[in-house]
Amino acid sequence: MRAGSILTGTIIEVEGLYHHYGDIAAVDGISFSVEEGEIFSFLGPNGAGKSTAINVLITLLRIQQGTATVAGHDVRKDPQQVRNSIGIVFQDVTLDRDMTCREILEFHGRLYRMPSVERKQRIDELLSLVELDAKRDVRTKHLSGGMKRRLEIGRGLMTRPKVLFLDEPTIGLDPQTRMRMWDYIKAVNDEGTTIFLTTHYMDEADHLSDRISIIDHGRIIVTGTPYGLKNTLGEDLIYLETADLPGTRVTLSAMGEVKELREKSRGIVAMLNGDGTKILPQIIENLADRGIRVSAVNLKKPSMDDVFLHFTGRELRDEGAEKPATAVARTGRR
Amino acid sequence: MIRFFRFKTLLISSLVQPALWMAFFGIAMSANFNRLTSEIPPIPGVPSVDYLTYMAAGVIAMTTLFTSLFGGIVLLFDKNWGLMREIFASPLPRNHIIFGIALSGMTKTFIQAVIIMVFAIFLGAAFFAGFTAAETVVSIAGILLFVGVFSLGFLFLSAAISISLESPEGLQGIITLLTMPIFFASNALYPITAFPPVLQAISAVNPLTHLVSGIRYFTIGDNFQAIGIHYTATPMDIAFSFLLLVLFAVLMFALAMWRFSKATVT
Repeated sequence: MRAGSILTGTIIEVEGLYHHYGDIAAVDGISFSVEEGEIFSFLGPNGAGKSTAINVLITLLRIQQGTATVAGHDVRKDPQQVRNSIGIVFQDVTLDRDMTCREILEFHGRLYRMPSVERKQRIDELLSLVELDAKRDVRTKHLSGGMKRRLEIGRGLMTRPKVLFLDEPTIGLDPQTRMRMWDYIKAVNDEGTTIFLTTHYMDEADHLSDRISIIDHGRIIVTGTPYGLKNTLGEDLIYLETADLPGTRVTLSAMGEVKELREKSRGIVAMLNGDGTKILPQIIENLADRGIRVSAVNLKKPSMDDVFLHFTGRELRDEGAEKPATAVARTGRR
Repeated sequence: MIRFFRFKTLLISSLVQPALWMAFFGIAMSANFNRLTSEIPPIPGVPSVDYLTYMAAGVIAMTTLFTSLFGGIVLLFDKNWGLMREIFASPLPRNHIIFGIALSGMTKTFIQAVIIMVFAIFLGAAFFAGFTAAETVVSIAGILLFVGVFSLGFLFLSAAISISLESPEGLQGIITLLTMPIFFASNALYPITAFPPVLQAISAVNPLTHLVSGIRYFTIGDNFQAIGIHYTATPMDIAFSFLLLVLFAVLMFALAMWRFSKATVT
């Protein structure tokens, strides 16, 4: 246990974590840290090692190699203290079908030995936070998928944990419900709970996280803020359709903000080295000056999808160990 | 604090089953046995009990065995449905899970034992014959003590098996494998005196035999004859049987603790 870690505001500290099942390395040497109060995401495709990493941190899997501290407690030496300071929302629904919402929370509070007065009060608070007041005495088998998830988030918060772990919190939910879940997660975070979440939804990581680690094949490929990650790909793209493509080409290549041009069957794609929203009017103006009328235009900012595919794309998978190794080195800088 | 896991499960089926055993097997067999053994001259001066009374103690024991061995199955379901993760990730000590399962199972066996006793008496089993009211109360307490310790042993075993397995089918197989020898190499339905020596040796260390001896001691008495065989039991014999059951329970608890410490639930 590192006494300093709390003072410096780091709540999760992982060094050289390695976890294998038989011969397969599910987590292949990852190091990262999570700041107190932030929302930190593991973004990666299925089977990337996200759940294994989270299961080690929440002490369900015994740590094999490396070190990990959660809320100042060593996962290896002091798992009991770790368990006391965290809340967990598991990947699949883990609610007893035959217990009511209140009973689920009650049971959880008892598991953690909460005093009964505090327990009652907390149940009321949480049921209203996740808007399940009306379902208080309804058995969980009668709840919708979104309600179940909300109840589980409520349960995870029951003991006022320092860190809330969310393993794929919105998997299988419809878009509306996902948005609502994000609101709840944000609200919880605003109350000061650090959130560690895993997801393979890029928009989710983008929308929620303060910082994201993209993880694939058990390794962290890159870490950064959503904005920062998107900016590593840099440029906005503009797609234009005009009556005079060669003329457009000449006009655009004359502009300093345009880095590269690519012709498509009916239009032209310009990669910019600046903010597309500001450059686009300039382009249209310049074209108008030469009498070229723009018939269609599309501005595309790099999305988390682009970042994700860029870092976990096929070429990376086929190249094997070499490239991820350099990528891990990159995360060291941060 | 010990949690009772899911106490809503209906007991009805597990109550009806031993009742049916009593009703059909008991009445049919006791009719046969009574006819076959009517030729055997009774040992003079020893009170005689009919087969139904003799067997009823065995049915209580058998029901306790089955209920206890299947008692751990909820762990397996909780594991497969992911509910176990909540508990394993909580600060709750592992031995509380084992005790919770065991105590809930034990409660179930108590209820069953009482119901079978009542049903057996209703069918005509001569339980507590010649006992005073106080003796009867002590006897019932004694039966429950035996049933309780015995069921704890097998519930610990069941929990140990369940937590180590992945599928309910596997548990079913193992339990069937266990119940056959335990049940038939015991004195639950018939005397062991006519067994070949190997089978006698097995039944001598069989916890079920000791449970049945205990129940018979408390329901019938320390000196009786049934199906032509003279049974006597001293309080020392019964204390020995009891200690053996306690030892069995302690061993099984150690086994369960070891299996739980190895278990990972994800």
